Amino acid sequence: MAEVEETLKRIQGQKGVQGIIVANSEGIPIKSTLDNSSTVQYAGLIHQLVMKARSTIRDIDPQNDLTFMRVRSKKNEIMIAPGESICWELLLNEFHSPKMKRCYSS
Amino acid sequence: AKSTKAATKKKDEEEAVETGTGWEEWSQGKALVRPPDQMELTEAELKEDITRILTANNPHAPQNIVRYSVKERSYKPINVVDQMAVHCVLEGSLVHQDSEEARKLRVNPIVDGGDVEEAADEDRPDSAVSRINKKEPKVTNQFNFSNRASQTLNNPMRDRICQTEPPPRSSFSATANQWEIYDAYVQELQKQEKNKEKQKGMHSQKDNGKSKKVMLMETQSEDVTKWTMASKILERTISQNTFDDIAQDFKYFEDASDEFREQEGTLLPLWKFQYDKAKTLSVTALCWNNKYQDLFAVGLGSYNFSRQGCGMLLFYSLKNPAFPEYIYPTSSGVMCLDIHAQHSHLVAVGFYDGCVAVYSLKEEGQEPVYKSTAKTGKHTDPVWQVRWQSDDMDNNHNFYSVSSDGRVVSWTLVKNELVFTDIIRLTLNGAVSEGTEGAQAPSIASGTSFDSHKQIDYMFLVGTEEGKIHKCSKTYSSQFLETYDAHSMAVDTVKWNYFHPKVFVSCSSDWTVKIWDHTINTPMFVFDLQAAVGDVAWSPYSSTVFAAVTTDGTVHVFDLSVNKYEAICQQLVVDKKKTKLTHVEFNPIHPVIIVGDDRGYVTSFKLSPNLRKKPKAKKGHELPKGPEVEVAKMEKLLSLLREPDQNSS
Repeated sequence: MAEVEETLKRIQGQKGVQGIIVANSEGIPIKSTLDNSSTVQYAGLIHQLVMKARSTIRDIDPQNDLTFMRVRSKKNEIMIAPGESICWELLLNEFHSPKMKRCYSS
Repeated sequence: AKSTKAATKKKDEEEAVETGTGWEEWSQGKALVRPPDQMELTEAELKEDITRILTANNPHAPQNIVRYSVKERSYKPINVVDQMAVHCVLEGSLVHQDSEEARKLRVNPIVDGGDVEEAADEDRPDSAVSRINKKEPKVTNQFNFSNRASQTLNNPMRDRICQTEPPPRSSFSATANQWEIYDAYVQELQKQEKNKEKQKGMHSQKDNGKSKKVMLMETQSEDVTKWTMASKILERTISQNTFDDIAQDFKYFEDASDEFREQEGTLLPLWKFQYDKAKTLSVTALCWNNKYQDLFAVGLGSYNFSRQGCGMLLFYSLKNPAFPEYIYPTSSGVMCLDIHAQHSHLVAVGFYDGCVAVYSLKEEGQEPVYKSTAKTGKHTDPVWQVRWQSDDMDNNHNFYSVSSDGRVVSWTLVKNELVFTDIIRLTLNGAVSEGTEGAQAPSIASGTSFDSHKQIDYMFLVGTEEGKIHKCSKTYSSQFLETYDAHSMAVDTVKWNYFHPKVFVSCSSDWTVKIWDHTINTPMFVFDLQAAVGDVAWSPYSSTVFAAVTTDGTVHVFDLSVNKYEAICQQLVVDKKKTKLTHVEFNPIHPVIIVGDDRGYVTSFKLSPNLRKKPKAKKGHELPKGPEVEVAKMEKLLSLLREPDQNSS
């Protein structure tokens, strides 16, 4: 558990991270670095999204499972890591520079 | 005649009686009224006594019946005539009990009972009667049958209702998807396996207690592992975001200017790996993991004799440059390490204090799985190189270590122990003389580097501090196969070529890098790099490309097929000039090298296209692939060198 705490601290310390929410399989937040109302709102909304995404992937192939999801919007980005059907974490990244990517020929 | 008379007389008397019985006798004096048809009789006849006889004969019965007799062929009179006169016939309703009809009635009695067969069957009245009735429809008496019906009182219907308390309900909803069913099956399987294990462990009570504890721990650790997985994934994605540029470069950037510089290449700096607690240590060993090609190991220690402290073993992944994946602090500085080619969770480490240890990445905890101690034959001097070998005949893993105490030791992992065998002792004179010869005490040379041949299993090279390289065989423990006078200072690294079976490279602090053919005593190529060379490494993709790092912070990359005399890339890669580069390693599949320096940093670089040239295809032919091509390339080079040798000799 201590490792997980450390990891969370490190992630929180990275630049651009607004907050982290850890929730259980029912979408009830266990840990959060954001304020209560935002936490509850995010947890509820994201839970539905994750359920939908996961059931989509598993319907196509039951042996497959959702590893990771990124939701990029104009203003920020949400990263969701659902873990083994019990916990998932959510992370908001405010800093997301929409610069032009250099096009490379590979 | 008599009978007729009697008959007529009777008639007369009857008639007379009718008119008046005694009248004829009384009223004789009166005028007799004679009927008109009365017979006229004489007085004599009238006074005649006539006797009458009552017989039982039927007067109407015929007296002269005649029948034809066929036998006599004539009519014969019948004497006996039936005299019975039937007066009245009444049909009765009594049936004899033995008769057929009675038997029938016994079987099928009439249901009405009273009507008919009372006398016949009193034994079983109901059954017999009823049975008869089933077969034959009841025939009612035509004359005096009457149907009588009566209605009983109808009880009024009443509803009685009883209501119980409804059982408590809760609504349950679930989806039955394909994957939920699959999950359920998988869980069942796991349960069954656990039950099997439990059954095996149920033999003793102690095991019982242990298994319970194990179960608890499992449930706890399951949660933790799930958390750690998710958090790791998250951390990696965050790094992906932060180091987005570098990730893109790693994948896609190719130095376009390489097209203009035919014979030169560049190194593009990618990620930089550093760990806070390792700032004072220098990188003493680097090794890529064969199986997971983004994972590499860094050994940290110190080359400084006077400043010896603790060391560290770190594992980094390219996917997460901010923080190491595995951290193992060690009591003594790590001098060398090697990751097993097939079992990539086993890492052999050699320490400054002479110990060797084997770490397993699969195990929790920061202690090595095996460690050698003074009793189990550890070296007395720092271990400079460890290398995994192929499994021995008992399928035990084993590795070799070389140290300054002059011993090359083979360590075998037998169950829980580390068993050592001295393979060879290095001496200055080149041969260990058995027994005491008195004159020359065998002085021990110190081995500083080691490499085993890629294809030939028993052959290996040892570089010594005196600058000599010995070619040895595992089977000969007393003699070297060959000795090369390689350098004037300690040989830091020897490495066999991945493709060509005869070629190896050596580098030393005497500023040179030399390439050898092991059949020839003199080096094929000699390169002077203007500074002490820390490490040299062959590239895994080409037999003619290798890289060397020097203490002045420069990385030199050579491609012998392009330029036999100079490096095609010489690049200063460190910020501060006093940083010395200590080790270099090529990634097995990506065009990336990692370079370690003495400040504890590991930097990764991408090789530009010129540095990874493949042999050009001849026009019309397909591009040849495979190690044979590499071998051929090298062979061509060597043959060029050998020819002048042969010419000159």
